[in-house]
Amino acid sequence: MSSKASILAAIRANKPGPRPLPTLPTDPDIQRGGGDGAQVETPLTETLAELETAFRTVLKGSKTTFIEPAELKSYVRDFGSDPVVVSTVADVPGNLPLASVTDPLQLAGVDLTILPARLGVAENGAMWVSETEMVHRVLPFITQHLILVVQRDALVATMHQAYRRVRIGATGFGVFIAGPSKTADIEQSLVIGAHGPRSLAVVLQ
Amino acid sequence: MTTTHAQRAADFLKDEDRTNWHDQSIWHVRSKRDGSIAGIPEWEALRQLGSDIKDNVLSNLDTYLEQFEAQATANGVIVHWAKDAAEHNQIVHGILERHAVDRIVKSKSMLTEECHLNAYLEEQGIEVIDTDLGERIIQLKEEPPSHIVMPAIHLKKEEIGALFHEKLGTDEGASDPQYLTEAARQHLREKFLAAKAAITGVNFAVAETGGITVCTNEGNADMGVHLAPVQIHCMGIEKVIPRAEHLGVFTRLLGRSATGQPITIYTSHHHRPKPGGEMHVVIVDNGRTKQLGREDFRNSLKCIRCGACMNTCPIYRRSGGHSYDHTIPGPIGSILSPGLDLKKHGDLAFASTLCGSCSDVCPVKIDIHEQLYKWRQVVSEEGHLENTKRIPLMGAGAVLSRDGLYNFMGKAARVALNIAPRGMVYNRFNAWGASRELPEVPQESFKEWYARTQSSSDEQ
Repeated sequence: MSSKASILAAIRANKPGPRPLPTLPTDPDIQRGGGDGAQVETPLTETLAELETAFRTVLKGSKTTFIEPAELKSYVRDFGSDPVVVSTVADVPGNLPLASVTDPLQLAGVDLTILPARLGVAENGAMWVSETEMVHRVLPFITQHLILVVQRDALVATMHQAYRRVRIGATGFGVFIAGPSKTADIEQSLVIGAHGPRSLAVVLQ
Repeated sequence: MTTTHAQRAADFLKDEDRTNWHDQSIWHVRSKRDGSIAGIPEWEALRQLGSDIKDNVLSNLDTYLEQFEAQATANGVIVHWAKDAAEHNQIVHGILERHAVDRIVKSKSMLTEECHLNAYLEEQGIEVIDTDLGERIIQLKEEPPSHIVMPAIHLKKEEIGALFHEKLGTDEGASDPQYLTEAARQHLREKFLAAKAAITGVNFAVAETGGITVCTNEGNADMGVHLAPVQIHCMGIEKVIPRAEHLGVFTRLLGRSATGQPITIYTSHHHRPKPGGEMHVVIVDNGRTKQLGREDFRNSLKCIRCGACMNTCPIYRRSGGHSYDHTIPGPIGSILSPGLDLKKHGDLAFASTLCGSCSDVCPVKIDIHEQLYKWRQVVSEEGHLENTKRIPLMGAGAVLSRDGLYNFMGKAARVALNIAPRGMVYNRFNAWGASRELPEVPQESFKEWYARTQSSSDEQ
């Protein structure tokens, strides 16, 4: 018998009787304006404002900074001396075109990367970035500094909603990013910049 | 010579300052956990959901694993099955051999620790580099992890500084965590760029989508996996969950329970190999199906490896992870390991006060302290109880089951304890008394007092 067959047989012989799958909590009743005749209700702006406040607060707690949309271009322009910059955000030019990168090892010298994030989660600051936005999977990790651009109306309250909106298998790889790379493995002292980016900045558009 | 948990703990306790420091650092993490769940009013409902989903997983484990394999295979992932540690190690080595890989990077995986993969691969001439900072520290120190989330929590920064000075050439006497972390970053970046294969553990495998999820704070798993052409993810059979939406429940529970973070910095979802790359998933049993068949203990398979039960445990905090002599220490390790080797690990069931704090903080509501109590009975029934427990318990059993003997022994003890020299009461046969004092001996027993006061109140 193959190992697969013997493991499955052992599971069938030993598993407990049926237990139902629980129902997950539904999304809170936030109407989003726009399509399909959805009505925009008065509490909408208030709720979105609350989401934004929570999102900003939790990200600041994980040592993330914010850049105003109008200041993004000048921020990138003035970044360091002679930096290698990669961008997949329209209107924000980089100086290393990803089309020229065939091997991810070529990204080892990237100083700053600017990527769009699809969605942001208010309860924990996590932002979804898929292979489509990052092109090379290692890019958001190998870059020394990272900027993520999120649309205000792409904020959701919790991870439950996030996983309902994101199709995790739509691309070969996707990641929730909730701050700059960090560690506390030496006496629990927080150190930013373990292996990945030394800083994360967010632009909320 | 084999030692018991109590003996290893006694060794740890010799350095009182260090024990207090360890206790306080670990309690600090427990406190952070409390702080972070305070912001989630639905926390208890969330724990219930996590528990219910895992119950459902255990009752459908075969079908979910088959669904996962079918979906992953359709995604272009190569799925392997290993019945034990040896087969797991051979499978991983086989993959590396086919690609002529002689150096790999690894992110944290308790499963590969359990299978002793590093030692096996090193014997085959493959360089294995652990890339989680804590794991790298203990790898350089040639020690096992002492905690599943914070592997080097037992070490002080000065010791890590001395280790890095010796192994990585950092400045002598330097112990600033920022400086040491930067040194590790530079050292490991070279390893990431040179690795031909990367191995990770798996936090969750989603049956519906055929993908796996890996959670880290450092980004080390991703640096490894995305740079190396071959990626290998090793998982125990119990890691599968039914649907992507269930990740919403578990990601909310995991980070908060582990370190008090609202979520780990990176929650990575791998579904297909990178262009030109290869992606493998190794599904491992290694005793888990046996545990599934033990009705009293199968709930231990619901564990999501957050470590909260360790951080809250008064025994773990004061005895250190190494005293458990098992890959997974602490309360959860103490209910997992007796199932693997009752003779060797049975005494861990006694490394607990049965206070129940572990069960209270468990994000998937495993009845840890009740299982510890049940393991004690198994240990006793199967004759693995050590003599210092077995003989007194036999005596107690004889006395407690006979009314007359019980009354006599009580009286005798009250007299004897008052007149006996200290050396007769506190000696090597009295393990209980090694660090405790008996209360003052009363003049009469409760029974005598009750009889006396009842009869006098009747007279009134």
